[in-house]
Amino acid sequence: MIRYVAYRLLLAVPVLFGISLVVFLLIQMIPGDVVSALLGMRTSPEAAAALRRMFGLDQPLPVQYARWAGAILRGDLGHSLRTGLPVSYLLASRLVVTAELAGLGVLLAVLFGMPLGVIAALRQNTTTDYVATSGALVGLSMPDFWLGTLLVLVFSIRLRWLPPTGYVPFSVDPLQNLKLMLMPAVTLAGGSASYIMRMTRSLLLEVLSKDYVRTARGKGLPERTVVYAHAFRNALVPILSVVGQQLGYLMGGVVIVEAIFAVPGIGRTALESIYNRDYPVVMGVVLLIALIYVVINLVVDLLAAIVDVRIREQIASPGR
Amino acid sequence: MKPETATHSTTERTLHTANEVILRPERSLTALAVSRLVKNRLAVLGLVILCALIVAATMAPLLTRYSPTAMDTSNRFQPPSLEHLMGTDQFGRDLLSRIVYAGRVSLTVGIISVGVAGLLGTIMGLTSAYYGGWWDLLVSRLMDVLFAFPPVLLAIAIMAALGQNITNVMIAIGIVNTPIFARVVRATAMGVSGRLFVEAAQALGASNRRIILKHVFPNCLPPLIVQTTVAFAWAVIAEAALSFLGLGTRPPTPSWGRILDEGRNVMEYAPWQPVFAGLAIMITVFSLNVLGDGLRDALDPESTR
Repeated sequence: MIRYVAYRLLLAVPVLFGISLVVFLLIQMIPGDVVSALLGMRTSPEAAAALRRMFGLDQPLPVQYARWAGAILRGDLGHSLRTGLPVSYLLASRLVVTAELAGLGVLLAVLFGMPLGVIAALRQNTTTDYVATSGALVGLSMPDFWLGTLLVLVFSIRLRWLPPTGYVPFSVDPLQNLKLMLMPAVTLAGGSASYIMRMTRSLLLEVLSKDYVRTARGKGLPERTVVYAHAFRNALVPILSVVGQQLGYLMGGVVIVEAIFAVPGIGRTALESIYNRDYPVVMGVVLLIALIYVVINLVVDLLAAIVDVRIREQIASPGR
Repeated sequence: MKPETATHSTTERTLHTANEVILRPERSLTALAVSRLVKNRLAVLGLVILCALIVAATMAPLLTRYSPTAMDTSNRFQPPSLEHLMGTDQFGRDLLSRIVYAGRVSLTVGIISVGVAGLLGTIMGLTSAYYGGWWDLLVSRLMDVLFAFPPVLLAIAIMAALGQNITNVMIAIGIVNTPIFARVVRATAMGVSGRLFVEAAQALGASNRRIILKHVFPNCLPPLIVQTTVAFAWAVIAEAALSFLGLGTRPPTPSWGRILDEGRNVMEYAPWQPVFAGLAIMITVFSLNVLGDGLRDALDPESTR
């Protein structure tokens, strides 16, 4: 097990290096640089040159990258061009908001997706199954930005039950916080719940057709025991890794959901910094989201390996 | 090597003919897959919707009565009526026309970005699986890095770097899709490359190019076809999402995402605008999803249906 963990961690190092390189190069591709974004058009070439020297922008690219990457390793993501605040400070305060949103999203996705998937599988080819399966199909085809828009249209504009946008920290007013987070969380969860439902259904159906389930039934075990102790437990490992993947996937969804509902998390920070051409923040936030994504996927893989011995033994042939 | 090629290809041809005589099943695998697909009612529905969308997009000028960009300020925010089937927007533009024309943009972006990503990804996947070595290592690590970004975020970041126009939307969506195609093809090609018929072809002196194209590639087609529908569905959503966020197509070019975003601001007076725009996206994605599901079942050799 330790060998497997070490192997996976080692594998993450070149990936992290690659991520930083991609982010750095993307920002380099933007026409104009930090200085022109900062000073705009109304500036003398001398002042611009002086500022470029100050930022180290007159250095060759590899040197700039090395400086930037070195600073990141020390936890220094630079300063926002807009507010002058350290990027790490800005992101830390906003990460909490996104964490709550993503957590609620996954919770809702699991609470709806998993039981519906189990029910649909146990009642395969009945009306219940068809309704649940078609519901999931519609959910999968529905873009999150449309689902969010429809929720606002129905619950804020028509029924006036929930405020359309806004955010209150949980520590200030827990009830208002949950009220405001409900629609964003549902929007975020919609697609994932549908996906988890479908995967749960097909994984459980696959296990239910296995010989050991027939054996268990043949032994005369009650159906409850067969389904929950034999079938569901074995289907749970792949289902959980699906859930983990979805948590990672939600990190992309937060960008859109936070934009619709004006939730001040890292997703909204990403968009705002892009609109404002606040490059240090763009780099920091893209790097952070990618890092979270990598860590979540790593943890999911490690958890799967803890539960399933076969995965651990596959590393005999690295690179495959 | 050169002079021997002729004899080898003759031998190979004989082998092929022999194979066809002895092993040819009563119906070809393609015919079998097609017959399975047409029995899947949902998949057929998806195919029909998709064809209808493509026809509507290509024949847009014939199907619409109004120009998608013509403003008519005396007719702002008209609810759906016989005159304007989907109503009008804040500039009095006919929404049906805008949505039909926006379909052109969505489908064009989808076809081009998925086509290029599919081609590049397939070449990368085939060659890295077949040749292995440093090339495979390079391709695999590159894929790892691109997979380390949430797909939507990567597309947004690329758009931020390249600037806002429709070519860049295609590039951004293409870059996100390429490693997915490469991974799907590489995984299948990996399994095929070690099989006996590939070894046999190598022993017969067939060129690598020929082996990859004639022996390895055809076996990768089933997952590739399924992945194409999945990638297309994602491309439609991503294009709409980028335009929705103001990073995609520029106004006045109609785009489903943009119409939806504009509709969001006027939802209180004209709720039909975001509803119809979103419906267009959902129907397109739905048709691709059910078609993809149907193809997956139909192309699965172990499927019994």
